[in-house]
Amino acid sequence: MRGMTGGRWVLGLYLLFLLLPTYWLVAMSFKTNAEITTGLTLWPHSPTLANYKRIFTDASWYSGYINSLKFVTVNVLLSLGFALPAAYAFSRYRFLGDKHLFFWLLTNRMAPPAVFALPFFQLYSAVGLFDTPWAVALAHCLFNVPLAVWILEGFMSSVPKEIDETAALDGYSFPVFFVKIFCPLIANGIGVTAFFCFMFSWVELLLARTLTTVDAKPIVATMTRTVSAAGMDWGLLAAAGVLTIVPGAIVIWFVRNHIARGFALGRV
Amino acid sequence: MARISLERLAHAYRPGGPYALQPMDLVWAQGGAYALLGPSGCGKTTLLNIISGLIHPSEGRVRFDDRDVTTLPTEARNIAQVFQFPVVYDTMTVRQNFAFPLKNRGVPEPEITRRVAEIAELLDMVAVLDRPARNLTADAKQKISLGRGLVRSDVAAILFDEPLTVIDPHLKWELRGKLKALHRRIDVTMIYVTHDQTEALTFADQVVVMNAGEVVQVGTPDELFSRPEHVFVGHFIGSPGMNFLPCEVAGRLAWVDGHAVPLGADYGTTAGRLELGIRPEFASLARAGAGVPVSVRRIEDLGRVRLARCMLAGNPFVATVPDGVVPDGDAASVLLPPAHLHLYADSRRVVPLEPAREAA
Amino acid sequence: MQRPRNDRAWFLVLPVVGIVAFSALIPLMTVVNYSVQDTFGNNQFFWNGIGWYKELLDPTTDLGGRFFDALWRNLLFSFLALVIEVPLGIAVALAMPRSGWKVSATLVLMAMPLLIPWNVVGTIWQVFARPDIGMFGAAVNRLGVPYNYTQDPLSAWVTIVLMDVWHWTSLVALLAYAGLRSIPDAYYQAARIDGAKGFSIFRNIQLPKMKRVLLIAVLLRFMDSFMIYTEPFVVTGGGPGNSTTFISIDLVKTALGQFDLGKAAALSIVYNLIILAICWVFYTVMTRADARENG
Repeated sequence: MRGMTGGRWVLGLYLLFLLLPTYWLVAMSFKTNAEITTGLTLWPHSPTLANYKRIFTDASWYSGYINSLKFVTVNVLLSLGFALPAAYAFSRYRFLGDKHLFFWLLTNRMAPPAVFALPFFQLYSAVGLFDTPWAVALAHCLFNVPLAVWILEGFMSSVPKEIDETAALDGYSFPVFFVKIFCPLIANGIGVTAFFCFMFSWVELLLARTLTTVDAKPIVATMTRTVSAAGMDWGLLAAAGVLTIVPGAIVIWFVRNHIARGFALGRV
Repeated sequence: MARISLERLAHAYRPGGPYALQPMDLVWAQGGAYALLGPSGCGKTTLLNIISGLIHPSEGRVRFDDRDVTTLPTEARNIAQVFQFPVVYDTMTVRQNFAFPLKNRGVPEPEITRRVAEIAELLDMVAVLDRPARNLTADAKQKISLGRGLVRSDVAAILFDEPLTVIDPHLKWELRGKLKALHRRIDVTMIYVTHDQTEALTFADQVVVMNAGEVVQVGTPDELFSRPEHVFVGHFIGSPGMNFLPCEVAGRLAWVDGHAVPLGADYGTTAGRLELGIRPEFASLARAGAGVPVSVRRIEDLGRVRLARCMLAGNPFVATVPDGVVPDGDAASVLLPPAHLHLYADSRRVVPLEPAREAA
Repeated sequence: MQRPRNDRAWFLVLPVVGIVAFSALIPLMTVVNYSVQDTFGNNQFFWNGIGWYKELLDPTTDLGGRFFDALWRNLLFSFLALVIEVPLGIAVALAMPRSGWKVSATLVLMAMPLLIPWNVVGTIWQVFARPDIGMFGAAVNRLGVPYNYTQDPLSAWVTIVLMDVWHWTSLVALLAYAGLRSIPDAYYQAARIDGAKGFSIFRNIQLPKMKRVLLIAVLLRFMDSFMIYTEPFVVTGGGPGNSTTFISIDLVKTALGQFDLGKAAALSIVYNLIILAICWVFYTVMTRADARENG
């Protein structure tokens, strides 16, 4: 029983450690800059919505969110679309060079984005995609497609092969079988994969900032640039930060029941 | 080493909730081989967990000899358990697996070495003692789980929770035989939970049949077959199960759909919903007119025996087809020997007023 | 499950190969190409052979000196991250509730830092740790410990390590939790019957069953901590001085700040190879150990 209470302390302190900095950001977003800079207050003494109002009315701010959501959505769809057939091939067949190919895909997950920032900039400028959501979405495929293949392969391998054979005997063509029968069977896996692709695309800054200037500028880039240009508008920065947490929180809520299995990449 | 007794034992998972286990009294003698038999969800695993101490019963007592262990945790009970799926310590060798329970109890090293050697011998595992446990087959892993129980000298009972579930069919026979042989060699109580009647009847001296949280009969395999105390036992044990026919009874005669059937004993006037029960093995098919009329639907030839699937007054009925009897068309009759007829009122066997003279 | 051989499966893999080749191979070739050239002004390139590599791997030059300093910082940072986050993550996973609404609540709270954009993570800690307007910085100073991450290298390191622990421990914990959840109850019951307690249960049941997910956790955490860029960039900008300038930060400065393409490219290649090599060693050692146990 003593171990149990010890565990509760560990968990409680850890959650407190997670919450405190977040609380500080949220509290700050409701403060005026005067309150923030003149002294330390544990909660907003004169709460204000001015910071949020500014973001929702200023196009240079709110279009950042829309741009971010655009490239994240495109990236999730692209990653799933490319990874589903490939993961099926890896989970069901052996073929020439399959192991090397799998490892090569994973090495791309290990490549530092900093290495790719400059060549991507030149590549997407050359093909005319610079400053569009497509540039960022395609660039993020570099690490999200290998990850999606990896996760999906785990989920697919746990579906018995007899299902494929039965469907073939029942006269389903492969594409119909794959879309109508197989995909629903691994719906959880697809959800978890989408979650991970969303996550890694949503949180990335370096490539998203390098590949956009004006039209497709994501919120994360808007934030860094405003900091340097307009001095330290802490309240506004905090409010913008809080708003970037919201989509993630919504997504987590949807996958909360599969998250434990998802983090094990379907392979425990 | 102990006698296990359950006194007015019952269990509900939440206070005031429905019983998962109906109140029961049972005594299991030291050194016996027992089986808990019943369909999935009948409460047999709950009962097993109460004995092992993983669940504490909401009512009643559990005693090992005279020691009340009702509220003691598992580790204080001197029991061993073999689970449905093999549980071995992956990182250890077979030898380390066997030694683990003794090490935890602070048994001196020479004693551990001696016991482990003894158990390895008993289980035919000397050759694999230094192999990693994780690479062995499922049946070998089950033997390791068993060995971790046997190695302790203080074990009062070994509990088996459907231990053959993941074993290949051809190895099931072997492992079951091994268990039985082991039970003869060592003096330890074994309690075996299963839903498979063959496993229960071949392993146990005494079988406890459970249904819907209730103990419906405790008896030897022979008793369960020849004198089921409950309609459920009649159905569940035997293949195919017992025949039951709605009837009326007056003294030594039963009336089934207007046909008089002589009984082996006097039942007087019995109240309740009455049914006549007979095993297919004892009911034999005959030409029409010789007994109670039936219409034959189908003859099944099982090799050693032929069975007739019939309808008797609107009830399905299975009878043995004796050698030489060739059904002519679908009209036939069945002979119901009085010695093997049992009367059930509201699903429970009725004890006759005077014992049947010619009963087996 | 034995998979049949079928080379036509390549058709299913082709799209992935295409997209990854497009986003990885073409840029990589560009980088290799730059790394052997020198540039003056606009689009004038001169063959430089392995000159940049020589300079990079020679600690006495400016480029090499910066590179090795940053490399040691990266290694120290990854080491600290693993040493703190893996045990802490396991401890948190062991303490997590097993059933009921508390599970969902804990999971959602824990996953939250993982879904926050990395520069916002930086912003959160930039603010939280400031001595003048941040709760943490102010509290530490009030305890009488001098702390200011913009001026004191030690404070800066404490801040970014703490930030990384805050950001990523949940990933380790969730992976470990998934591993724990896959252990059937029978193992715990058997352990109780065998008289095993506390640490023995952890050592003989929980840890072996978590091994595979912990391998994934260690690999992911190593890769990501070794590639770290955004968070220290936002919080310290690589300072004070160069005390938190990691390879990524130096690389981006060289490539996008100074447009020193040759140097940056050579640095990129070496950086990438180091990560690949370390991951390969990690992976091989762990799977070899696994295979030996299975042997």
